[in-house]
Amino acid sequence: MIDTQALIDRMVLGLRGGATQLPPDVVAALEAAYEREDTDTARMQLKAILDNVALARDEWVPLCQDTGIQVFYVTAGYGFPHLSDVVRAIPLAIARATSEVPLRPNTVNPFTGANPKDNLGEHMPAVTIDLEEGDGCRITIFPKGGGSENMSALWMLTPAAGFKGLKRKVLEHVQWAAGKPCTPVVLGIGIGGGADMAVKLAKRALLRPVGSVNPDGDAAALESELLEDVNALGIGPMGLGGRTTALAVHVEYAHRHPATFPTALVVQCWCDRRAVIVLDREGRAIG
Amino acid sequence: MTEYRLTTPVDEETIAGLRTGDIIYVSGIVFTARDEAHIELLKHGEPGGMDLGGLALFHCGPVMRREAGEWKVLAAGPTTSFRMESLEPDFLDRFPVKIVIGKGGMGPGTLEALRRNNAVYVSFTGGAGALAAKGLGAVREVHYLEELGMPEAVWVFEARELGPLVVSMDAHGSSLYADVDGKSKENLARILKRRGL
Repeated sequence: MIDTQALIDRMVLGLRGGATQLPPDVVAALEAAYEREDTDTARMQLKAILDNVALARDEWVPLCQDTGIQVFYVTAGYGFPHLSDVVRAIPLAIARATSEVPLRPNTVNPFTGANPKDNLGEHMPAVTIDLEEGDGCRITIFPKGGGSENMSALWMLTPAAGFKGLKRKVLEHVQWAAGKPCTPVVLGIGIGGGADMAVKLAKRALLRPVGSVNPDGDAAALESELLEDVNALGIGPMGLGGRTTALAVHVEYAHRHPATFPTALVVQCWCDRRAVIVLDREGRAIG
Repeated sequence: MTEYRLTTPVDEETIAGLRTGDIIYVSGIVFTARDEAHIELLKHGEPGGMDLGGLALFHCGPVMRREAGEWKVLAAGPTTSFRMESLEPDFLDRFPVKIVIGKGGMGPGTLEALRRNNAVYVSFTGGAGALAAKGLGAVREVHYLEELGMPEAVWVFEARELGPLVVSMDAHGSSLYADVDGKSKENLARILKRRGL
């Protein structure tokens, strides 16, 4: 018998941690960027960011006023018997976290503008469920802000344009977006699959720790070339000029239809918030 | 680059003395307005008959909590200012605010309106919501909360050294964003050529 209350409590804690505690890999990348910058303006932006990270961490207050929409990734083992309990607990935890953390009420009916004030709604929260070998369950909470999401894009390139087209589109787009997505950003790039899958892969690429490298050599080479070129644009922290426009570029791919070359870019601001909950077979939190 | 500590209402001379790259910290009355609030104020005038002369307008939708009957600000970083680009020139022509606080910069229409009205646009670090909340201090009043909801309402704060804020668009037609845009376009052309793209 799963302890539903304990599960909801753990998810509320995860949502609180997600809104207030920046993961260590992101903090390390921001600290490295601070050391790398050599102008007063760029260093001041990164110092304000790092001061803010420390303040939010110590006082458990939201890092950013845009606490995002709550995106959940649930990866359950084939032998995990409590998937339905997990899925049912998610909206209950979000509604509670909205008033307790608090989270900004961010879900709005596109037709009427009505806001239910609990961060729930039609198809909200966004929950992606995957299955894998094993009997446990891993829940990743990914609060996604609106400002950076607005700078995302999908291009249905021709196979003839291919990777050259992809690189050109990404560089032109980042130059255009400049400081609007709260640079330094993390860029998630999804290639192939289809229009929907390219976007899904691009967003999922953002779940990887900053600084991780795709095990596929071709994808890794693309990540490092794009990171170098994006940072050579000189947009810098908050678009005020500098060497750090992106902290990382993460590429994920699927095989493509021979006639298509779907390419998606999902942009993540420096406030790259993530929280992970690991459950054992009985649904007890073990991480 | 000079650092200033200003208190609202700010006078014309002080604003005219600011140059892009300067750093300021703002104390005194700061009020928030995003897209919806700009539209409401342009339609209905000053909120609650407030005198906006010399004040600071903040592009911000904060996270607020009510504790023992009092509003407390928890996170209040700037929102993307460019969404207000179509509204800001009219706003600056109509209301005598002197400082616009936001992030990401604004376009040529606002730059010209800042020059015309002797006002400045200053950038607060985006996402630094906890730091901004500390600088905003106490809530004096709130308008349009029922109609527009928490993020879009007009929150009026008594700020205590809100900052650091970079003067990124001054009252003399200079914009750091335009400078960075020009340089990054040159860099882009160079990179595309070098990579054979």
